Amino acid sequence: MTLTASNLESHGDDHFVDAEEDERSGKVDVEGRSPLRLAWARFRKDKLSMAALVVTTLFALMAISSPILKRLGVIDPYTPHQDLLDYATGNYPKGFGGGMSWSHPLGVEPGLGRDVLSRLMYGATLSLTIALSAALITVAIGTILGIIAGFTGGIVDSAVGRLIDLTLSFPATLMLLALSGVVVDRMTDLGVPAGATVNGLYIVIVLSAFGWPPIARLIRGQVLSIREREFVDAAILMGASRRRIYFKEILPNLWAPLLVYFTLLMPAYVSAEAALSYLGVGIKNPTPTLGNVLGGALEYAYTDFFFFFVPAAVIAAIVISFNLLGDGARDALDPKAGR
Amino acid sequence: MFAYTIRRVISGILLLVVMSVVTFYLFYASSSTPERFACGPKCTPTQLDTTKRALGYDEPTIVQWGKFAKGFVAGREFPDDEKLRKAAPEQVVECPRGCLGYSYGYSKPVNTLIKDKLPISVSLAISAFVIWIAGGVLLGITAALFKGRLIDKAIVGLSLLAFAFPTFFIGLLLLKFVAIRWGIVELPKYSDFTDNPFLWVSGLILPAITLALVYMAGYIRMTRAFVLETMSEDYIRTARAKGLTRRVVIGKHTLRAVLTPLVTLSGLDLAGLLGGAIITETVFNFNGVGKLSFTAVQRYDLPLIVGIVLLLASFVIVANIVVDLLYAVIDPRVRLG
Repeated sequence: MTLTASNLESHGDDHFVDAEEDERSGKVDVEGRSPLRLAWARFRKDKLSMAALVVTTLFALMAISSPILKRLGVIDPYTPHQDLLDYATGNYPKGFGGGMSWSHPLGVEPGLGRDVLSRLMYGATLSLTIALSAALITVAIGTILGIIAGFTGGIVDSAVGRLIDLTLSFPATLMLLALSGVVVDRMTDLGVPAGATVNGLYIVIVLSAFGWPPIARLIRGQVLSIREREFVDAAILMGASRRRIYFKEILPNLWAPLLVYFTLLMPAYVSAEAALSYLGVGIKNPTPTLGNVLGGALEYAYTDFFFFFVPAAVIAAIVISFNLLGDGARDALDPKAGR
Repeated sequence: MFAYTIRRVISGILLLVVMSVVTFYLFYASSSTPERFACGPKCTPTQLDTTKRALGYDEPTIVQWGKFAKGFVAGREFPDDEKLRKAAPEQVVECPRGCLGYSYGYSKPVNTLIKDKLPISVSLAISAFVIWIAGGVLLGITAALFKGRLIDKAIVGLSLLAFAFPTFFIGLLLLKFVAIRWGIVELPKYSDFTDNPFLWVSGLILPAITLALVYMAGYIRMTRAFVLETMSEDYIRTARAKGLTRRVVIGKHTLRAVLTPLVTLSGLDLAGLLGGAIITETVFNFNGVGKLSFTAVQRYDLPLIVGIVLLLASFVIVANIVVDLLYAVIDPRVRLG
């Protein structure tokens, strides 16, 4: 791709031009800037990405703090509040917006009267923990196989290639759904505590098991070009071990695509948890996750629209903010955006 | 090209064979007692044992796979046990060549079950495909042409919004409000295309939109990015410079370049859907292959699950080959080797 003016524009990047002008007119001291700082400077210029960073940080803080708040008794996802429900209407919450009040800002659940905000906050913790673990494992598997395939080449490369073909040919949704019975069964036999632990662990395992091929392909492609560079030859000549070459020489050059990919996997896995929960796989009520809180709200579309809508909106907010963050990171880290 | 096709077909078949072994081990050997699911929670040990032998789970997984493979190549009769077949000859079910197994839950060969449901899933997939391709390409081009302006931001923003909400939520929203409460469209229901094409369309519209929305956001963004990238190429500038109208430059020169990657991606996405969209079919209660597989999972009907998994895998493998060949047809620069 040629570097034309329109190209620079397409990355929403006027910083590059600014900096160059500054340097030419000698307004700033010319100092070496690391690629990371350049990327951060580009990222900071983009208001949408910054907003996404703020929102995702808030979600992360919420996820970290809700177990603490739960222990302190500030949020309480389990206690039913029958007194807030109107028996005459069939146990729907009294008052406006599904029983909104200062002590229950998002109202209470119809039927049981548990606090909706508490359930969503604690559910977000579990959903984000599942998504985070699955995304970390996916990226780890993909990176290791990608580096090994790309660097070794030959028979190892084609073996990994076939493994990728095999994994991608499986109908993913059906496999995630269908394997739950057998795999949960086997894991319980192996001594994983039944209930939320085994079901949550199952989601992490299958999402990673079927999610790694795209990133392995991506990393393999990158490694193919990196391994031809002089510093790798130098390391080989100096007798560096394979492990050193993989992790000390090659891996540090891959963090940009890995970071972007990881950020985009998070929302995909939050959605996947919700979808699997709808199909009856995953952590079950009463332990809240975003997926099963939404699943429990689906039947109230007519009677308590607010309760029906809020869990889905929270999921959408997480998905959108993480996606925008990933896009922003990609634009900022893209070497084509000028360095 | 011929040699290439042959080579791809052979490696595709090999891949399917390996997949069938892996699938068998995943489902039949992962659980220590697969019969527990078929028998139910209150099964006594004797009943468990009977179930195990009746379903053939007592044999080693590789033997069970061998029977499956033999049945696929040469056909097979059910029940498996010869003594049972002799005892009740009127209940023997013939499963001709290409046999994918026998569902004990439905007491029917897997092929028959899938054959009944496939038209529904294929109809749904194709109508969704038409919507998401037409919508994705048109909106993507529009967004690219109005880059940075309000229209562009609205298209990209709304498509992200539609993508962010869970599919089943959007489906239920459409079903419960557009169809039931407001009655704008008829209740989604599958009817045969040959019976009444109009009913076929009106019954499919909401599920197809729901399914299309999942893919639309991605296609809008891809088309937009491809168009923008292509428009900054030198040959587009040349075309503009020699005085071609904007319409010709966009309609002919740009679209042509954008088409190639879109064909590849959409072909694979469509193939993945032909075998049923589990979530959409469940939401709208469409009795396609997706719903069938959902029921199979709930009943723990292992032969049915394995049969569907392998059929869907073969769709994807065939699509991969077809798309690679198409790629060479659309783009003469591509050489197959």
